[in-house]
Amino acid sequence: MNKILSPAIAIAVGILVLLGYFFPAPLLVNLRRVLVQWAVILSGIAVFIGIFNLFIVHIGKLRSREKNRGYSLVLVLSLFLTFALGILLGTDHPILKGLFDGIILPAEKSLMALLAVTLLYAAVRLLRQRRDLMSIVFLATALILFLGSAPMPFFEIPMMRDVVRPMIVNFLAVGGARGILIGVGLGTLLTGLRILFGVDRPYGGK
Amino acid sequence: MTLNLVGFSAMLFTALSAALLAGLTLWRRKKPAVFRRISSLERLRESVGLAVEKGLRLHFALGRAGMVSQHSAASFSALSMTREIAEKVSASDYPPIATSGDPALTILSQDILYTAYERAGALNRYSVSSGRLGGLTPFSYASAEFPVIRDERVLVNIAAGNFGVEASLISDAANREQTLGLAAADTLPAQAIFFASAADPLIGEEIFALGAYSDAGAAHEASLQAQDILRWLLIFLMVGGAVLKAMGLL
Repeated sequence: MNKILSPAIAIAVGILVLLGYFFPAPLLVNLRRVLVQWAVILSGIAVFIGIFNLFIVHIGKLRSREKNRGYSLVLVLSLFLTFALGILLGTDHPILKGLFDGIILPAEKSLMALLAVTLLYAAVRLLRQRRDLMSIVFLATALILFLGSAPMPFFEIPMMRDVVRPMIVNFLAVGGARGILIGVGLGTLLTGLRILFGVDRPYGGK
Repeated sequence: MTLNLVGFSAMLFTALSAALLAGLTLWRRKKPAVFRRISSLERLRESVGLAVEKGLRLHFALGRAGMVSQHSAASFSALSMTREIAEKVSASDYPPIATSGDPALTILSQDILYTAYERAGALNRYSVSSGRLGGLTPFSYASAEFPVIRDERVLVNIAAGNFGVEASLISDAANREQTLGLAAADTLPAQAIFFASAADPLIGEEIFALGAYSDAGAAHEASLQAQDILRWLLIFLMVGGAVLKAMGLL
């Protein structure tokens, strides 16, 4: 029963939402809105299930005394603490805002700052791992853009800022990016159609 | 009820795509397609075989696109590949792990892994913790990948789905542990990062070829061919439009 019912519901909902976009009839538009709202509500419930899954995985790590289980302990304790504070004080309370601004935000910013190092390291490693034409073009372009953007302390490279960099950014990069985005758009469309046809089932089932 | 020109064109294009997909799927069921070689995907097959042989684990990083997002298609494509590969490696000593940065995607990944094990007749090896939520923000998700890649006997690391700049941290972690693997994304920043940092990157819309290249069926093969036909149609329309405009006819 599930083998037929799940795809039937998925296909019917998909078609109704798609029709709601193409034909702006009040009935279809309202139906589309309701269905999308349901999807958003279900996504909210999925957050709870996801967090429970995170909890189960890390409790499992603590129970089986896995390597580096200290991190799991910190995660489980933090999860309990923030959840309890959120329930007791409300999400707008200054303590919860302080936790967010004092721990989560700086941690995320630090990881973002790390990107500069990891990308530089990746660029150095690229020529060692893959010494082909495309890698050289990639690195040369990155270097040119860097030289065209960064302020030079003693001298300006002629035409770099006015001609070379704008030419790469406004013509070559935009052209390439549009080509890739058109390809991604077509891929997205056909993936959606495969799901509407029921031949591709990301929701499982044989 | 009014349907403007853009809406009508979009509907026409969708209908044409659907017709192409249906027709080509029927044709491909009789005659399987032969595609160009993508070296990254060929090496992935070898890596998967090596992981099974060595009794090590595969890790799928599925990105962080939810189900109500314009990036969901990349996640669906990655899920199709996950199902096909997980079925092939279900007999391995260490079952594959799929991590994601969106709870709905986590639930789908658990379902997909369950189906793969069921199809392989190895349900006793399935664990619900094989499909995991990494974190809800881009960087918490990326940092959740470090312990998985480092501590869980991962040999092959497959990052496919929707990523942003956090892809750099995931790729760096995989490189540090010297894992083999593939990296594919649907966004430009992540593609650029993967090109520079991953061992086997996929560029452009190659992420949508994952299903066809992992033997997911005739519909996936037809989908790739339909993409090619539609791409040529768009090129023809764009070049034709530019020429007509230059001639003052449009």
